[in-house]
Amino acid sequence: MEDENKVVEEVESGSSEPQYSLNDDRRVKVLSPGRLVAKRFFRNRIAVIGMVILIFMFAFSFLGGVISPYRQDEYFYKIEAVRKAYATVTKNVQYRYTALSPEYNAVIQAQSLNANNQGKDSFSYGGKTYGVVYEGREFYSVTLGNEMIGFAYQDIVNTASGVNPANDYLYAALKAYSNEESSFEYEGKTYEFDDIGNILLNGELQGFVGRYIVSASSPDVVLTQDFKDRLLETIEEGKDVFKYTDESGTEAEYDLTFDPSKNSWSVLQYTETTVFDRYSPPSKEHWLGTDGKGMDMMTRLMYGGRVSLVIGFIVEIISTIIGVIMGGISGYFGGWVDNLIMRIVDVFYCVPSLPLIIILGAAMDHMHVESQLRMLYLMLILGFLGWPGMARMVRGLILSLREQEFMTAAEATGLSVNRRIFKHLVPNVIPQLIVSMTMGLGGTIITEATLSFLGLGVKFPFASWGNIINDVNNTFVLTHYWFIWIPAGVLLLLTVLAFNLVGDGLRDAFDPKMKR
Amino acid sequence: MRKYVIKRLLLSVLILVLVTLLIYGLMRALPTSYIEAIARQKSQQPGSRSYEEWMELLTASYGFDKGILAGYLSWAKEALKLNFGDSWFYTVPVTEKFNSVIWTSFTMSAISMFFEIAIAIPLGIIAATHQYQRADNIISVIAIAGISLPTFFFASLLKLVFSVKLGWFDLYGMIGRNYEQLDAFGKFLDKAHHMVLPIVTLVVISIGGLMRYTRTNMLEVMNADYIRTARAKGVSEKKVIYHHAFRNTLIPLVTIIGGSLPGLFSGAQITETLYGIQGIGLTSFNAMVAGDIPFSMFYLTFMAVLTLLGNLIADILYAVVDPRVRIA
Repeated sequence: MEDENKVVEEVESGSSEPQYSLNDDRRVKVLSPGRLVAKRFFRNRIAVIGMVILIFMFAFSFLGGVISPYRQDEYFYKIEAVRKAYATVTKNVQYRYTALSPEYNAVIQAQSLNANNQGKDSFSYGGKTYGVVYEGREFYSVTLGNEMIGFAYQDIVNTASGVNPANDYLYAALKAYSNEESSFEYEGKTYEFDDIGNILLNGELQGFVGRYIVSASSPDVVLTQDFKDRLLETIEEGKDVFKYTDESGTEAEYDLTFDPSKNSWSVLQYTETTVFDRYSPPSKEHWLGTDGKGMDMMTRLMYGGRVSLVIGFIVEIISTIIGVIMGGISGYFGGWVDNLIMRIVDVFYCVPSLPLIIILGAAMDHMHVESQLRMLYLMLILGFLGWPGMARMVRGLILSLREQEFMTAAEATGLSVNRRIFKHLVPNVIPQLIVSMTMGLGGTIITEATLSFLGLGVKFPFASWGNIINDVNNTFVLTHYWFIWIPAGVLLLLTVLAFNLVGDGLRDAFDPKMKR
Repeated sequence: MRKYVIKRLLLSVLILVLVTLLIYGLMRALPTSYIEAIARQKSQQPGSRSYEEWMELLTASYGFDKGILAGYLSWAKEALKLNFGDSWFYTVPVTEKFNSVIWTSFTMSAISMFFEIAIAIPLGIIAATHQYQRADNIISVIAIAGISLPTFFFASLLKLVFSVKLGWFDLYGMIGRNYEQLDAFGKFLDKAHHMVLPIVTLVVISIGGLMRYTRTNMLEVMNADYIRTARAKGVSEKKVIYHHAFRNTLIPLVTIIGGSLPGLFSGAQITETLYGIQGIGLTSFNAMVAGDIPFSMFYLTFMAVLTLLGNLIADILYAVVDPRVRIA
């Protein structure tokens, strides 16, 4: 090692080329087998790309979760403005009738309306002749003989106190209002109208008259007179937004929409409701938007990567441990032990693993196994189903290694069986083991993702790349929210690809017979 | 040879017995609450038997009242007569349901296998003959990307592009909306049209493995002495590749393709589920998720038989195709 460093140093300094004799060992650069492998590996550009992707994925999944300001099970809310009906303003287009005598009954009311509409000034009914007297705009009275028996009108007169106005007062007010006079006399007092139909007596509000009826949409809202006045003003101006500042100074904005069929305006108020921030598109706060439950996609992806990678590793470790032990025993001892273990391997090889896991997953669904426990079971099952391949490989390798000279030498030196297996055989198997583990990791991650995708693997609240993509089962998500499932799929693809590339690269690097 | 085949066959039967015993044991080991849940669920369906009746039926029909071994023997006795009982989920005999869906799966798998072979082998050969050149690198990366693609993600992408954006294909199902109005040829075309995306999915997902296998074996052959000899003789490169090298590469290829023939019947679980193709994959998936034990037992056994058959065919083909292999 020291020699080597010296040479490297001297080569780097460059100026003074050391002069060694031709057979001097120091002329030869010595690299340990590990270094040779590393060198061969790093010369393989594709494998290095895979390595870089893997490093990125690990950083993304394990550091990302720490850096991310959100938790994986954190819900996000948004405030949604909902337009709610606040009040309705109806323009009165129906005649209202006030009867001064019982003669003015419903039949006569209808007859008088008919006569008025046709522009007649009298009509006969039941042998009597009634007169229809035009009093003002949409206001007429009905007489029988010389006596007025009632009147009909469209303008509505209210009093400030809320009691129904006296008939004479009503008549006087309507007469004045419908003829666009500015005041009327009643019981010797002079009442005045202002611009919007308020009735004032010496400047004091007595009531109002107008064509519009304002009513609150819900019983718990009390509309003040001022509100109604402002509202009517706005409507008459023909605007469709109404701003109102109440006595306490709070300002509110209302939308006015006119419904011609009902001849009414709806006054809509924006009310704010808190809802889950579902499927929000990528933004500064949520780089990849939020999912169907209102969780941050980016954070879910990070935690999902953690779950996928950890499950992949644990499964591979479990199946490798079982595989090495079984394969090692089988290959080393041979004979009936070998035969027995290989038949067990054959049996396990024939067990269709994906269907079996689906069945177990469905059974766990039925029993409502807790998410965390489920994840553990999943790892155990996948690990336990994965060992036969490993065992076969290890057995094959050990069978060939066993016959080599160094093993005979080990046996001749009288080493114990344990030592021979674990110190001499296993280290020779390790390169192949690392390669097949790396390649296997990709496959395991796909299997886990597939199961989670089918809803039988990792379950909510835990994220996994598979169960994130599971959302595409909802066709609307598939078609409209690419940011929900495409990033997860790309990460999954890249990770598996990287494991395969690195596995390939390692195999080539470990096996000097391959040219690269 | 015959002795070898018989020996392998007997061994396969033994393994099959052990596998089914294992599966049966596993099914039995599922907590009984699972069975109870199904019985409860079933008893709540309108016009169904009562819960107790269902429990009795379920336990009796699968020998759950006996021990595992006795239960297995009674199951195996019926299975030998190809009687796998009635499916709980589909409420018809298991084999009847199986017969009605298997050919869809087979057709789909067979077509995609054809394309797989037709594309993968030539590309594998090109990669091997241009080792470490650009063609080889591109093909290798495509192969490894195909292996790494998760089926469900790729299928979703295809759906997004070809069904949603371009609108060329339906999202789900085997037949179109106006299938019943079509004539015989139109029906055929309609079905074929709905098979396109699933077959593309299957081909792309499975092509990588065969491509790499072809490349590796071709490379091995290209390094053999007889290739050097042929080149030294002055045989044209084309002839070297297609007469000398490729024919020898065919040995492992025929073996592996022969071994995967039984797999044509196993269906493509994920692809069929995603595209709503009524094949054995989707049928068994629904049955398994619903906890349909008779159908699941049948399906698992069927899959085990297919695997064993595949191994057997591969081993025998290996001996038959390669004259260097002599079996005592």
